[in-house]
Amino acid sequence: MTYLAKPKFHHPHLPKNELGYTHRDYEGAVSTLCAGCGHDSITAAIIQACFELSIEPHRVAKISGIGCSSKTPTYFLGNSHGFNSVHGRMPSVLTGANLANRDLIYLGVSGDGDSASIGFGQFAHALRRGVNMTYIVENNGVYGLTKGQFSATADRGSKSKRGVINTDNSIDLAAIALQLGASFVARSFSGDKHQLVPIIKAAISHKGAAFIDIISPCVAFNNHAGSTKSFDFVREHNEAVNRLDVISTRMPIEVKYEPGTVEIVEQHDGSTIALRKLDADYDVHDRAAALGFLQHHSAKGQIVTGLLHVEKESEDLHAHLHTVDAPLNSLNEKELCPGQAALDKFNASMR
Amino acid sequence: MPTATPISRVNDFVVRFANVNGSGSASANEMFARAIMRMGVPVAPRNIFPSNIQGLPTWYEVRVTEANHLGARGGIDMMVAMNPQTFDKDIAALEPGGYLFYDSTKELPASKFRADITVIGMPLTAICNREYTDPRQRQLFKNIIYIGALSALLDMDVKAVEQLIGEQYKGKEKLIEPNLKALNIGRDYAILNLHCPIGLRVKKSDKVGDRIFIEGNAAAALGAVYGGATVCAWYPITPSSGLADAFTKHCERLRVDPETKKAKYAIVQAEDELASIGIVIGAAWNGARAFTATSGPGISLMQEFIGLAYFAEIPAVLFDVQRAGPSTGMPTRTQQCDIISCAYASHGDTKHVLLFPENPAEAFEFGAAAFDLADRLQTPIFVMLDLDIGMNHHLSQPLAWDDTRKFDRGKVMTAAELDAGRDFGRYLDVDGDGIAFRTYPGTHPTKGSFFTRGTSRDRYAKYTEEGAPYVDNMQRLVRKFDTAKDLVPRPLQANSVNQTKYGVIYFGSTAPAMDEAIHMIEARGHALDRMRIRAFPFHSSVNSFVADHDFVFVVEQNRDAQLRSLIVNECGIDPVRLVPILHYDGTPITARFIAKAIGDHLDQLKVTPMKVSS
Ligand SMILES: Cc1ncc(C[n+]2csc(CCOP(=O)(O)OP(=O)(O)O)c2C)c(N)n1
Ligand code: SF4
Ligand SMILES: [Mg+2]
Repeated sequence: MTYLAKPKFHHPHLPKNELGYTHRDYEGAVSTLCAGCGHDSITAAIIQACFELSIEPHRVAKISGIGCSSKTPTYFLGNSHGFNSVHGRMPSVLTGANLANRDLIYLGVSGDGDSASIGFGQFAHALRRGVNMTYIVENNGVYGLTKGQFSATADRGSKSKRGVINTDNSIDLAAIALQLGASFVARSFSGDKHQLVPIIKAAISHKGAAFIDIISPCVAFNNHAGSTKSFDFVREHNEAVNRLDVISTRMPIEVKYEPGTVEIVEQHDGSTIALRKLDADYDVHDRAAALGFLQHHSAKGQIVTGLLHVEKESEDLHAHLHTVDAPLNSLNEKELCPGQAALDKFNASMR
Repeated sequence: MPTATPISRVNDFVVRFANVNGSGSASANEMFARAIMRMGVPVAPRNIFPSNIQGLPTWYEVRVTEANHLGARGGIDMMVAMNPQTFDKDIAALEPGGYLFYDSTKELPASKFRADITVIGMPLTAICNREYTDPRQRQLFKNIIYIGALSALLDMDVKAVEQLIGEQYKGKEKLIEPNLKALNIGRDYAILNLHCPIGLRVKKSDKVGDRIFIEGNAAAALGAVYGGATVCAWYPITPSSGLADAFTKHCERLRVDPETKKAKYAIVQAEDELASIGIVIGAAWNGARAFTATSGPGISLMQEFIGLAYFAEIPAVLFDVQRAGPSTGMPTRTQQCDIISCAYASHGDTKHVLLFPENPAEAFEFGAAAFDLADRLQTPIFVMLDLDIGMNHHLSQPLAWDDTRKFDRGKVMTAAELDAGRDFGRYLDVDGDGIAFRTYPGTHPTKGSFFTRGTSRDRYAKYTEEGAPYVDNMQRLVRKFDTAKDLVPRPLQANSVNQTKYGVIYFGSTAPAMDEAIHMIEARGHALDRMRIRAFPFHSSVNSFVADHDFVFVVEQNRDAQLRSLIVNECGIDPVRLVPILHYDGTPITARFIAKAIGDHLDQLKVTPMKVSS
């Protein structure tokens, strides 16, 4: 594998966002993944979401574990710092990074092997701490990078490319995220960018732990008949509960909605999510009901997608720790070092 | 009358308390040690405790030492035997001529005692049952009552104890009176019924000076505060938990913004040690100063991440408060047994910087310096404490700070420098010291971003699996490690007044015992030059010290002579030149042990004793 630089040619007529950046400013190096890999579509969706949100590209920190999925941060936001850490440990590295500087946007990218097996513990604890981040799992039901072994999200009864039937129960990361108290939980499909892009935008705008489970077929090892993570299977069994539009504060609401079918959810950054309900009874604010809904539908072999849960008044780890408003990494010796006078007092108390 | 002459010594003896864990004896015993210190006499207390919350035996040893020998001595002159479970063993541990103080409520057969010791019985339980009705009070005040009795037996200044009781219960005044009463019950009983004072006595002195009485964990944690640490992630493990606890307390006192009442720190009790070090690495990558505190098992879990920090060059500070391994080993006993596992932590070719503080004062100093070193060298820094330094109170120099001192944030390229057109290559060695510039995430809209990874990369942080750039990078890391040699604390050398062909190398908590042992060895007619190693990588003076001597003893507290292996390996020294002196039963090394081991060795070699010059 080699590093491929993209040509730095900017088309003069490329559309610009509010900050004057073009789509190109959010791109990264050329992907070295297999042609058709679902992960590349997620990369495209992230680029689109960041462009539409008019994020300053360098104010994002991209952090990942190890896997094909975890490689993708190289392929978007080329002007952001990225950290490809160790297998299954993205959540802790992201937590530390977030503690150091609360002012950046944290984008965690992981795979189903990375998060549901080796890193299951870290996945759980970062969510229950409420780290302010967007945590994306590019879920293909296999270990792509090590050539197609079942992962822990592979459904029981699904068939591997070599014909082996998976006998272990699967882990539904979205359900677990709900259980763990993540304040934003969604599921989507790499093949549905109209659903995916707004979900990523909403997650980035959300304050607190936002988790997105994105089914992302592995064309090399898990796109055959008998797989429950193939393009065909997901398309056929996709049960979307809603569709969203994320409307930034700076743009007037142009879309007109039929009354009663749309719920407006305010986000902490002032933007709003317009939620078009596809399932009239589904309530994105009822965590317990969401869990029941997921279980009920997965038993029927359906894959529930959409915004599954969002808390209206969410908090993050910095709020829990009551840290100062300034990023901790910006504090200097004057603010951090109490000096000899405090030490004299301390010494006196230790005699 | 005992068959051995009762020991008679002033301000130079060892008292050991044998108690049951969870009986409330710890604070009473500590008060005893402090009272002696308040009389101007140095003390060196040590806790010997089980991995248990309640019920198992625990000991507290107080060495009273006007001569300032702060290491463990070995041998016990007086036993305060409060634990029937260990009674026989405790009596057996006494020196001939020693003193046994015990609860004589229940009569014991003469066969229980030794003929060569002085037995002092006091019906403690009977007294408590008479004075108190509440069983909890009976237990707690029993401890204070025996301290009262000891104050009379050892001829101590009772005012010092009374004052300490007042200080301890400041804010809970209701408790002062009953404690003072218990103290006097014990003291009065002893004066009336026992032969006071005995041969062991405490006499007022002025040898404590302005020193402070502090645990290494508390001092190291304060070093982290002064060193500018803002992020701490940890997972509970003996004997390091106290360090994170102390950091929390120091921060609550020193790091809360007076106006907003908000915290200028973030402490996370992580789910395990993998997450602890991951959080530290993430925070340090993002420009904060961050640390974790752990012990051997935690270091084992952190291995993969430590290799990442080494290879991706991320500053991180790890306090390793060592305990006896392998595996869970003896979790409440001390050793210096993680030297190799830290020095070469993780797979592949790695080497790490280790600092070896000898006591709390150095734990503070190195604790702060570690953050400058981590930023300067962009690599993990290990501060190697052990249970003896970390969890025992030590009489230590007062902690000092130079208010003009600035943090050394190392090579960090700013947005202004990037705008000025400076070439930025994350792994580009611009000046030959092996250290490259880094940028903090979010610095500049178009310049200076890079991808951090555990995979191989070229000088501009681009992924590559080519052999040449890999080797180029690995060689630069060796250069960087060489640079570290002159940045870390230097070894301290003390040459014998007499010419000698022999030397001794030691480090960490062995220092006080070694300093005392040297006199004992000299008294046996042998001279030794001393070198206390304070850091790895080794400074060039370590090589010359070994080269200047026919052979050198290496004293350490582990089975496998780990520091010696490191010296042999890193300095390319013939192993024959380095004689291991090893103590690893989990107790702190003693001067007696060192003096005997080295003395016997030199005797065996039939070394002609040096001529004692006048
Ligand atoms: C400690 C450790 N064990 C094993 C591996 C090998 N490994 C690399 S990627 C991977 C699985 C990745 O699966 P997933 O997270 O689902 O990512 P995908 O490639 O499917 O996108 C494994 C097991 C490793 N890198 N580190
Ligand atoms: S192996 Fe699978 S997951 Fe990896 S790049 Fe190829 S298609 Fe994508
Ligand atoms: Mg996968």
